[in-house]
Parts: sequence; structure tokens; C-alpha cells
Amino acid sequence: MAEEFETVIGLECHVELSTETKMFCGCRNEFGAPPNTNVCPVCLGHPGSLPVPNEKAIEYIVRIGLALDCSIAPHSLFHRKNYFYPDMPKNFQISQYDLPVCVAGHLDVEVDGGTRRIGITRVHMEEDTGKTTHGSASGRIHEADHALVDYNRAGVPLVEVVSEPDMRSPEGARVYLTELRATLEALGVSDVRMEEGSLRCDANISTRRKSSSDLGVKVEIKNLNSIRSLERALKYEEERQRAALRNAEPLVQETRHFDEDRGTTQTLRSKEEAFDYRYFPEPDLPPLEPDPKWVERIRVSLPELPAARRARLTRDFDLKLAQALLVGESKASADFFEETVGLSAAPVAVAHWMTQDLAGLLNKAKIELDASKITPQHVADLVHLVEDGTISNAGAKQALEDAFESGDPVEDIVERRGLRQVTDTSALQAWVDEAIAENPVPVEQFRGGKEAILGFLVGQVMKKSGGSANPKVVSDLVRERLSGT
Amino acid sequence: MSVTHLCDLTGTELAAKLRAGEVTSAEITASCLARIDTVEDRVRAYLTRTEDVARARAADVDARLANGEDLPSVAGIPLALKDVLTTRGIRTTCGSRILESYVPPYDSTAWARLSADGAVLLGKTNCDEFAMGSSNENSAFGPVHNPWDLDTVPGGSSGGSAAAVAVGEAIWALGTDTGGSVRQPASLCGVVGLKPTYGLVSRYGLIAFASSLDTVGTFTRSVRDAAVLLSSIAGKDPMDATSLDGPKRNYTEGIEQGVAGLRIGIVREAFGEGVQPGVKASVQAAIDRLASMGAQVGEVSLPHTDYALSAYYLIAPSEASSNLARYDGVRYGLRVEGGDSVEMMRKTRGSGFGPEVKRRIMLGTYALSAGYYEAYYGQAQKVRTLIIRDYEAAFESYDVLVSPTSPTTAFRIGERADDPLAMYLSDVFTIPANLSGVPAISIPSGLDDAGLPVGLQVTAPVLAEPTLFRVAHALEGELGFDALPPLVAAL
Amino acid sequence: MPVEIDIDHVARLARLHLTPEEKERLRAQLGIILEHAAKVGEVAAADVPPTASAIPRSNVLRPDTPAPSLAHEDALANAPETEDDRFKVPRIVEME
Repeated sequence: MAEEFETVIGLECHVELSTETKMFCGCRNEFGAPPNTNVCPVCLGHPGSLPVPNEKAIEYIVRIGLALDCSIAPHSLFHRKNYFYPDMPKNFQISQYDLPVCVAGHLDVEVDGGTRRIGITRVHMEEDTGKTTHGSASGRIHEADHALVDYNRAGVPLVEVVSEPDMRSPEGARVYLTELRATLEALGVSDVRMEEGSLRCDANISTRRKSSSDLGVKVEIKNLNSIRSLERALKYEEERQRAALRNAEPLVQETRHFDEDRGTTQTLRSKEEAFDYRYFPEPDLPPLEPDPKWVERIRVSLPELPAARRARLTRDFDLKLAQALLVGESKASADFFEETVGLSAAPVAVAHWMTQDLAGLLNKAKIELDASKITPQHVADLVHLVEDGTISNAGAKQALEDAFESGDPVEDIVERRGLRQVTDTSALQAWVDEAIAENPVPVEQFRGGKEAILGFLVGQVMKKSGGSANPKVVSDLVRERLSGT
Repeated sequence: MSVTHLCDLTGTELAAKLRAGEVTSAEITASCLARIDTVEDRVRAYLTRTEDVARARAADVDARLANGEDLPSVAGIPLALKDVLTTRGIRTTCGSRILESYVPPYDSTAWARLSADGAVLLGKTNCDEFAMGSSNENSAFGPVHNPWDLDTVPGGSSGGSAAAVAVGEAIWALGTDTGGSVRQPASLCGVVGLKPTYGLVSRYGLIAFASSLDTVGTFTRSVRDAAVLLSSIAGKDPMDATSLDGPKRNYTEGIEQGVAGLRIGIVREAFGEGVQPGVKASVQAAIDRLASMGAQVGEVSLPHTDYALSAYYLIAPSEASSNLARYDGVRYGLRVEGGDSVEMMRKTRGSGFGPEVKRRIMLGTYALSAGYYEAYYGQAQKVRTLIIRDYEAAFESYDVLVSPTSPTTAFRIGERADDPLAMYLSDVFTIPANLSGVPAISIPSGLDDAGLPVGLQVTAPVLAEPTLFRVAHALEGELGFDALPPLVAAL
Repeated sequence: MPVEIDIDHVARLARLHLTPEEKERLRAQLGIILEHAAKVGEVAAADVPPTASAIPRSNVLRPDTPAPSLAHEDALANAPETEDDRFKVPRIVEME
């Protein structure tokens, strides 16, 4: 039933650059400062003020364009995008129109068990607006009687990345956004924190019957505050559109707002009232004509990007793709992995710890790897101690949880918690003999050929030892006892 | 006139007297302030007067001179600024209700440089609202009256600065020239008006009308004075991305070289039907003197002159419609309450802007709106290319070009107020220089039979100010125009 | 032929409140002005490139170095209305 439809998705992402200063003036570009303290005549739009572009911002957008395999335009222009809104100091935004800095790139993502190439239409430079808070008890725009504006954010450099409508599922969109975010983070050009607004995303989604050559009605979705929201919103919208098509109900080209609480999309405004931005070239700014040698220097100095990193991890450390995806997700994660392996810990084991138990702890505590107390040394020690039998897997899990809270070295934790496995055969022999004596039936079954019952017997010994026995050694001892006399 | 008042001398003369110890800056300033007290009720050149600031600066300069300090040429000389140039802590209105109580938190670069050089600020002068006009009748605070005949206009948009310099209410002044707003009022008021090359003087703090055309200019009583002022304010400004590179220079160097051997092109299109006979006669007589001074005089055509006006009235309002969008009652200026934010903005702008400003905002908004960009703004930018080519061709054969500055002398207040098109025609000879960015200067060529001043415009290639000054200075010396407005002559 | 203009639409785009008299006058005046201005079409041939700025320049940039911002009081000094250190405006009805 679902197969008769095709979903088409494109994403427009806005990236706040992490430059020291704003795009067109020397005010600090800083999140969370007291309101209206990082402002000047330029970013307040005072009469007579003029913009002068930030050279670092231009370097950053070129970096982004090159990382996305775009062509860097030899000649690009700033344009004025004219519209009125209280958070717009000049009531026009300096942006780019038909001659952006970067065009025609792509981003390859892993989705549906394969690699999919998502086209990047363009990457262009613009400036951010101020922030408006609506004055009313609920903070919601519909009930406000006034609004308050803070221009600290006005003029912060913003890069817009527009994808081709090449995604075919909400999951694909999620993967694209995740990969784009990781790429931008690797480039060091932005904090890319959706919850802080340094990465923002709008989605365009349409649905068509596979048999049709018509394009579906395009709907824009706004107010996506996280990658998870993106996927939720698109899943809802995809189904809403399919239901409408199935019931022969009309779909309207419009902008819809994602409601976080309900998980639904609502009409915001009809696209028919499309704004007339009256674009014209910004007369206060000369064109940008990046020197090809300078662009080349940037290209050769690009850091390792997530896709390349994943490929390298898979190749050099023999990781499975799923592990490489998770370990290589961020620079912090990949660096952690390599440092741990550098302490002579087996790569596959390290990857296993990072992607299973450690990932679980991080998720539960809602923190990032570099904010946790776990160091590469911790993980390396755990891997070594399990490998040489000093502690059991279960014991290692306990030790990890403890280290996560305490930050103490693994050795100290092992001592403190008595996690050392008992490997000494003479100590174990007594328990083994006891278990055999207490369980004649299973013993008979084992001697009769039921291999699997060995586990039960080993378990009995483990119980007696309070879990401290090394299960492998116990297993060998039991087998030896039972196969002999 | 029996007594020569200090306020009627040139800046150069006064600078010499200051350094010779013959006068103090306090005395010069007092002379200008006294003149303002005497005539301002009739001329109405000023919107804001800054006597205390002026006296304090004069005292400071006098102390430093007495100390033997070597100060720049503009130090201690009283100056007026058109009220579209921001002055920190001093109200700047642009002749508009919407900025009636706006106090800028920063100085325009042009003023900052003059101030750092010791200039004495007498006040902010009246102008057409947001520099839109050719008669100073579009000021929200009343018109300026031409000192030569108080029933006539001083020209615009920098009418206040022109009149002030003409009548001794300032020794010199800054104005702004977007389509002729320095040269045309200079012509109508019998003073020297300079529009430098676009980008030579920073626009930071020049409250924008049309960004690609706006130019800071000077009003002075002599060409040498214009060169002195320009030397103080010109030069690259990191706060203005359109300001030109290049070292600071002294523009009075070489000003005495004369015109012998220079090729002077008379603009054919500037002597047609719309030009008053008195204007033609005066300018022609001056041109004849040029020939006798050893210049090679010939005729040249700027074939697209006719289209320049049309292009200007598409480009300037388009840029203005965008530049004036910021006046919305949110961050500064007038706010008219009522309803939601959209209503507040509409009412604020509807109340705060005068008819000419609204006309140009509407024109510009329309010209840029969806579907019309190519037909209007886009085409106008092509005409700009053609005008630039006209000048380039002309300057292959000639070193400078000469024409009347304005087709007419000062017209009566109210005469053209209801006919925008007639008003726009005042700028027909000045607009091409703004579209192409070339420098041009207007000097008085004489008085017509009605006793009203006629202006002659000299135009030079981009960054050829030295040639411009050289020719204008020589001609000025030859013509010997030293008349003063009857209002002053009687004092 | 004077150009026909939708004055209401343009006034809306420009956020200008106009009286009925102003609208009438503007409709007439703008029509005539645009008719004259449209003359540019006579010479603006396809092979003539547009010039945005008289004096060509490119790549004018500034280093990413902080410069002093306005003192907070100066930033708000000209504001018609403020609250909580922010600029206060009447309710905003339309969405971005």
C-alpha cells in the first residue's frame, strides 16, 4: 500500500558561524550575553551605518562549500532581501540571491543499507536577525500584547545550505542532517547546537504517486528544534500527505509549524502570500572574487571529514560499518577511540565498549563523551583486564558504571569493589566438587552427552563464589572433573 | 560695504590671520555667531545651533595656537554640517519629523576627521527631507530662503549649507550630493560647491538616500578652500566598504598651475532649450575667458544626457526605498502608537515622512517589486554604463568638461512645489556626474540681470581632483566674482 | 501613456499609511514619472551590461577582530519604548 507513493524531501539549513565577531561589524558574536550589550550603530541599523564583511566568515563559507564538494563562484554578490519585521534592524537582510558563494555540491550518506548522494544546490552567506520574545504569560505569539527585541544576535554570520530534494524518507532526512552536522563540526566553523539555535533546519516535503510524473504539492515545515523533531515531523507529515492522497483530498502548498508537544504539523501561512523581497544588489558592498590560490590553500588544509574518517576506521581497524558510524560520529568520539587503541587495546573490543555500555550511560545521563569522566585510559584498562581474565565482563560493566560516577582509575575500583575474578584453581576446586556432588542428575546428563548442561553447572559454581569466579576457568575445571573420574 | 567682517572672509584668509596672530578663533566664531543672530530669522539655514560647542572648540584651538602648536589648516575655522551627517550627541534630523529628536551615538567619519583637525562646529543645517529635493522646500521644518532674494529658493537638497556660506553664517560647510545637491544650491547661492569622486570621502555617518550615488561635498567661498576641506576629509575609511584606497594628499598642491595647454570640452547638450538665456550668457562669457587664458576649447557631446535623468529617477528612489525602511519606530525616531506592530510602522512612516519622501519610496518600491526589476532598475543600471562610456569617450579628447550647473537661476519659493517633474529637471546637468562617479565643481560665473547668481560646472575624470581644482581656481581668479548678497552688503 | 500602478499593494509593501487623497495624488504622479523614466528602455540594449557601482572594487573585507560595542545605555537611548533592557514593540501578529 505504502509502496505506491514516493516521498520527496529537501532541507534548508541555517548555520551560525563561530567567528569572534559579527558578519558586518566588530561586535562580539557570543551566545547568552545580557540583552543589547553586543550592539553598535551597524547592527542596530542606525542611520548612516554601513556594513563591512568579516573575512573569517568568508573563509568559513568557502570551507563549508569545499567540504560539500561545491564549486566556489569566481564572482559572487551580496543582495538585499527587503521585508519588515521588528527583529530586522534595517528591515532588509543582507543575503545572496542569484550569485551565491558556493554551488552544485553533494553529501553522501549511509541510508537504507547503501550510500545515497544528496545534492547540495547552493551554500550562501547572510546575516542573522535579532531575537524577539513575545510578552504574555504563555510566551506564545497568539496571546501576546507586546514583544521585546534583543539585537545581540542581529548580524551574526549565517550560512544557508540548501539541499536538492533528493531525500526519500524521514529517516534519510535524519541521516542527512546528522551527517551535515558532523561535517560542519569537523570543519570547526560552528557550534552546530540545534538547542542553542546555531544550527536550524526547515524541511520541504511532497508526496507523489510513483506512477505519476507530476511533482507533489510542496509543504514547508518550520520549528524543528532537534534532529529527532525533524524525523518526527516528517513522519507525521508524510502520513498526512499520503492519507490525503488516498482519500482524494486536496493538498495546499503552504508553510506548516511543527508542534513539539503533539507531534503534529499545523498550518502557519499559505504560500500564496509569498513575500516580495524586491532583491537588488547590495550597493554598499563590492562583489566577492575569491583568489583561486587562497581557495586552494583552504582546500588542502581541510580537516578529515566524517565520511573519510569512517572509511579509515573501517579499513585500519577492521570495524563493522555500524560500529564505524557510531565511533566516527564525532571528532571527539573518533579521537577517543584512536587514543584508546593507542594504549594497546584491541580495536573491536574498544568499539564494542564505546557503542554499547558507554553509549548507554551517556544517553541516560544526557551528556556528551567529552563531558563525561570516562577517559581512554579507563576503557583501555577495562579491555585489558577482561582480556587477561582479571575481571569478568559483568565485573567490567560494574567498573565502568562506577568510573562514570567517580572518575576513579579502574584498578582502584576493582580493588574497592572486590571485582577481581578468582582464577586460582585450588580455591575453585572446592566449589566445583561441591557443585558436582550437589547435582547428580545434571552430572549424569552431561556424562550422557548433553553438552549444554555444562552451563548450568558452571552457574552453580558461580553462585557459590558470589560471582567472583572466572567462569572460563570454572568451565574447564568442571569439564575436567567430569570427563576424568 | 564699509566694514569687512571676519565671517565674510575665506577659510584660507582666516587661517593665515590666525597663524599671524591677527585674529583669534574666538573672534572669528563670534563674528559668525553674530551674523547668524542678524540674518537667521530671514534665511533659516540652521536646524540646530551649537554655540557652546563652537565657543569651547574655538577656545581650545586658540590655546593650542598660543602654545606654538602647528595645527591643520581647518583648525579654528567655523563650519556648518548638513543635517544628514551624524554628530555624536548632537541631534541629527535629516530635515524630517521621523528623526526630529534622534541623537546619534556616533560621529560621521567626515565630521570626525574635521573635528580631529580642530574645526569649529556652528550647527546643523536645514535640507530637503532625507536629501530628496532641489529647492529645500521639502524640509519638515520650513524652507530655507536664498540670501540673494529671500523670496527664492537656495536650491537643494543642501540649501541650508549653501545659504549659510553665502551669507556669512559659516565660513564653509559640508553638504551631500546625490544628483546635484551640493553643486546646484552652490550655483543658486553664488558659492563654490564641490562633489568629489564617489568613494573618495567616506559615507560612514552620511545618512543614506541613494547608496551608489551619495557623496559628501563642500561649500566654500573659493576653490582653494574646497581643496583645503577635501584634504581633511578624504581618504580610505575601514568603516565604508565603498571608500577608495589611496594615500591622504594635500589637494592645494599644484592648484596654481593654470589652464594653458589644457583641453576643455563644452558640453553640447547643456546649452539647449531648457536653459535660461541669462545662464547661457554668463557661462558662455566665462568660457570665452578660458580660451583667452590659453586653454584649448572645443565642443563635446554626452549623448545619453537625456536618459540620465530617467535612470536617476529609477536608481535613486529604488535604493532609497530600501535605505529608508529602517525608519519604523522600533529602535529610534518617531513612533506613532496604535494597534499591532505593522499598524504602528505604517502610521509612524505615514506621519513621519513628507510627500516627496513618500513619493520616492513608493516609486522605488514599485520599481523593485516582483516583475518590474528588469524593466526599471535593471534597465537604469544599463544607462549608467552608457553614461560612464560617454564620459570615458569625452575624456579621451578633453581634460575637463564645462557646462552650466543648473538650467536656471533661483526660482520662487512655491513655484515648482506642485510639479515634481519640473523640479526634477533642475538636476539635468548635475545627475550624470553622480551616475558615473566623476568629480565636479560649481563656481559662480556671475550674476544675471535680476542679480541672481549663475553657476558654471567643471567636470573631471575619476580621481582627477587636482586637474579639477587647477582649472576652477584659474577661472575663478580670472572672473573675479566677489559680490555678496544684498542682505550682507548692507551690513 | 502613464503607467497603471496598484497603489494599495505598493503602500503595503512599503509599510506606508496613506490617506485617500495621498493615494490619488500618488497614483497620478507616479504614473507620469514612470512613463518618463521608462525611456531608459529605449537605449538599454541587451548587449549593454548593467553597472551597479561607478568605481569598480572587489573583496573589501575586515579582520575578525572585536571592536568596542555601544554602551548599553547608548544602545537604548533613542528607543521609543524599552522593557527589561530590550526594545519594546506592540504585539506582532503576522508570522516571519
